[in-house]
Formats: sequence, C-alpha cells, structure tokens
Amino acid sequence: MAESSASNPVRSRCIGEMAVVYAGDYLNKLSGERIERECRRQLAAGCRALVINFRDTGLVNSIGISILLGVIDAAEATGAQLVFSDVNKSTVELFEMLGLTRHVALAKSEQEALDTLSEFASEHGAAGH
Amino acid sequence: MRDNMQKLIHTFAALADLGQEIADTSDFEEMMRASLHLLLGTLAIRRGAIIEYVSEEQKLRFVAARGGGSEELPADLELESEDVEGLMSLGLCGLTRDVQSPAFVQFAEKFRGTLDTLSVELVVPLVVRGHLIGLVLLGGKASEESFTAEDRDVVCSMARHIGVGMHTHRLLTELEQRAAENRHLYEGMREIYKDTVRAFAAAIDCKDKYTQGHSERVGKYSEIIAREMGWSDEEIEGISIAGYLHDIGKLVVERDILNAPYRIDAKQSSELNRHPAAGYEILSPIRHPYADISLMARYHHERPDGRGYPDGLTDEQIPFGAKIVALADSFDAMTTDRPYKKRRSIEDVFEDFRRNTGKQFDQKVVVALCRALLKEVEGETKDRRMHKLLGKGYLEPERVLPPLRKLISDLESGAYNVVSSHA
Repeated sequence: MAESSASNPVRSRCIGEMAVVYAGDYLNKLSGERIERECRRQLAAGCRALVINFRDTGLVNSIGISILLGVIDAAEATGAQLVFSDVNKSTVELFEMLGLTRHVALAKSEQEALDTLSEFASEHGAAGH
Repeated sequence: MRDNMQKLIHTFAALADLGQEIADTSDFEEMMRASLHLLLGTLAIRRGAIIEYVSEEQKLRFVAARGGGSEELPADLELESEDVEGLMSLGLCGLTRDVQSPAFVQFAEKFRGTLDTLSVELVVPLVVRGHLIGLVLLGGKASEESFTAEDRDVVCSMARHIGVGMHTHRLLTELEQRAAENRHLYEGMREIYKDTVRAFAAAIDCKDKYTQGHSERVGKYSEIIAREMGWSDEEIEGISIAGYLHDIGKLVVERDILNAPYRIDAKQSSELNRHPAAGYEILSPIRHPYADISLMARYHHERPDGRGYPDGLTDEQIPFGAKIVALADSFDAMTTDRPYKKRRSIEDVFEDFRRNTGKQFDQKVVVALCRALLKEVEGETKDRRMHKLLGKGYLEPERVLPPLRKLISDLESGAYNVVSSHA
C-alpha cells in the first residue's frame, strides 16, 4: 500500500490495482482540479479501479460536480471501475438528480467499495487485490 | 417536488458562485475555467467549452474546454463574416444541434470535427450590446435527457454572466493598453522636455563664453545635493532641471557684460543682477512637469542673511530648492577657472563654506554637499560624478579628508546658525 507524497495536498492510497482518492474539502473550488489530476495520474499508472472517498466532504457544488464528471470521463476512457464511497444523504440525492449515478456506483464505506471492486475483479479475472 | 427544490437550490448556488467568479477579474483564464465548471456542473453537462470571438482576427479562440479527451484547448476556428452573422442569428439562448436553422447548419457543417469531439448539443452565442463576444458550446447531460426549456433558461442566464465577464475583461485589457501607451507617450514627452532644457542650458552657456558647461554642472551638483538629502526621484529630477535653467535670465543680459574680461562696474553689475528676475519671467508661463522651477531661478541669488537679490528674502522665505541651486552655483563658480581668476583649491572652498554657512548658504545644504564629497573621496560612489565634474587630481584623499571631516563635524555641531543682516 502506498500513500501519495506530502507535497501533493490530495490524499490517496494504492492497493494493488485499486486506488482510493480522498475528496476532502478541495472539491468545490478550482483547486479541486487537483483531485481530477490525481485520479488521472492513478489511472495512467495502471489503476483499474478507483474509489473516491467523500468522508470529509460536506456539500458538493457545481464546480465539484463538473470535476467529478471529468473523473467519470477519465475512468470510462480507460475502462476503469469507479465507486464513490461515504457520500452523505443530500449529496447522494444531488448525484441521483443530476444523473451521475448512471455512471458511477455508490458504496456506504470505503471498505464496502474495495470489497465490491475486488469481487468484480476476481469475477472478471483481473489481477486485482 | 423535493427534486425541484434541490435543483433550484443547486442552480441558485451556482449563479451566486458565478457572480463571484466574474467579479474577480485578476486572472481571466481562471475566471473562464471556473465559469465553465459552474455552467457544466449546474446541469451535469459532461462536455463543453467557452470560446472568445477575436473580431480583429475573425476567429474563435477557446478559453476553456472540458471533456474533449485532452487537457489542451482545441485549435482556433477561423470564421468568415457570414459565420458571425449566422451565429448572431441563433438568438441569445442558442440552438440545439437538432434544430434546422440554416445559419446553424452551416456553422455545424463547417466545424463538425470540433463539435463532434465535444459532443456538442447546444450552441449559445455570447452577445453584449449587440456585439458577438464569444460562444458557449455544451455537450449532453449526464442524465442523458434532452435539454428542457428550463435548462436552456439556466444556460442562457449563466452565459449572459460569462459574456459580461469576458466583455469587462476585454475593456480592462484595452484600458491597460491605453494606459501603457499614454505612459510611453508621457515618458517620451518628458525626454523631449529634458532635451529642450539641455538645449536651453547650452544656449545660456554659449552666450557667456567664460562659463561654458556651468548650467549643466549646476544641474548635476543640485541633483547630487538633493539625493544626499534624501529627496524623491521626482524631486531630484525637478531640482536638476532648475539647476540647468537657473541662469536662463542671462539670455536678456547684454553679451558684453557677460563676457567682460575685467571686473564689471556698478551699472553693469546692476544689469547683470536682473537675470534671476528675468529668468522667473521667462520660466513662469511654462507649465513644467516639476514644481517651482521658476521660483528656484528667481531666488538662486537670495541669501539666508537677507543680503541677496532680487527680493532680499531671509532664511525661511527662501524656497529650499533655491538654496540648493545657490550653493551648487557658487560651488561651481569657485571650482572652475574664470577669465579673471583661477579656480580655488578645495581647502579654500571649505574655508568659504566655513565663513559663509548661515550667511550666504544654508547649513543643511552645505552639510549635504560636504557629505556627498566625503562619500566620493572615500570611494563609496560607483559613478564618481564629483571626480568627473571637478577634474582629475582635485579631490586627493590625503589633502581633502582631514579638513572635510572637521568641517562636517563643526557644521553639524550647530555652530553656523543663520546670521540675519536685518537682526
């Protein structure tokens, strides 16, 4: 398991071919583009499944939605699985209302997301965790 | 019902955020990038771009784009005049790609590659005060539903904000360019003014063959003294100009008097002494870029003890700049050869300062000149201007330093107060 470096303010960790990126409180500003860049970096490094953890994210605004759409685009382009975890109730409603849940799965916790992705990987013969 | 309320809150929050982004004009590219995020995120539109119309080059330039598969902005789109008219005809709320407007069909055909890359479904022209400013291109929604009339109203409102932001940025940029041009013109005019002043100084010195270069040197000494006194660059430029022009009144004095190879008589002296007032008459109608140039010319022969001319002012009544020019004038007269006498040694000059500080010269000004000389002799100055002005060998450290240090110490001890002849 590898944590991202201290110079990168976006926290992430790698577990085999899976990565968890923590949305934190960056998402709703232009600086949230760093989250998208981190996701793209993980995908470019060979990551086949991505979890975005919203544990420390309160509301998600329009900038946040746009950035998440960028992450969805990037994941779809590489054929990677994408799961959002620890999303609060009002944000789940927002994602549903805007149609994001058509493109991404939701999990109650990071562990649940990782378990789902591991199961999926073993079912499909990938070399995941 | 709850969905509608949530949508409304989400949209209002986005409009408020967009207002803030547009108000912050410090970084145009960031403003446009944030605006595009807000526009796409409001309706969860997966792809889109904001494009600026550059009328001078008749082309569309991408300023922000999302979802085209690359972080690079797409290439500029070259337009023709009928394209601009066509885009204007789309109306403020734009058109969806399935609408068969002839202007839109033509545009869509021409730029099919770019529109396909961004999966463009909605094109919204940015129009401010009847002029095409730019364009917003929007792809499909994440919900995969078509744009509703309400969606288009939201897009239209946000696009208007973005258009105004783009227009304001353009105006500010033009304003900055004009300001820079004006600054450039002003600098040019200042240089012309300075060249004119130098030409005048040369003309003055040409008339008086025994004092060639005097006006220029007085300008330079005045500048050195003012700098030593901590004046601002603007004030130093002003005092330098005053030094160059201080004797301009000599242009109205007869050449025979100026060039007399003997000591002139009382009548001639009275004629010569008209030059400060004449200089004031010449200079005062001119709007100089610096303050009090004409007053410095008028009062450069006034003395703190009240025995100067033309007005017999006393210490406090004499403008400080005139006191500087007066000392620079006398210092140059003492340190250059004249037809009727050789220049004085630097020790003699110091003795003159000692005798006349508080009477003919202001104490602070003398201290400043002495301090500037000290720095020069001790090698603290890079340009060695005093050495250049006074000539080689005039400021020999062994000879100059002991009396100069003693003089400065005595002057600073306050032993040389103003002695008024009217007291």
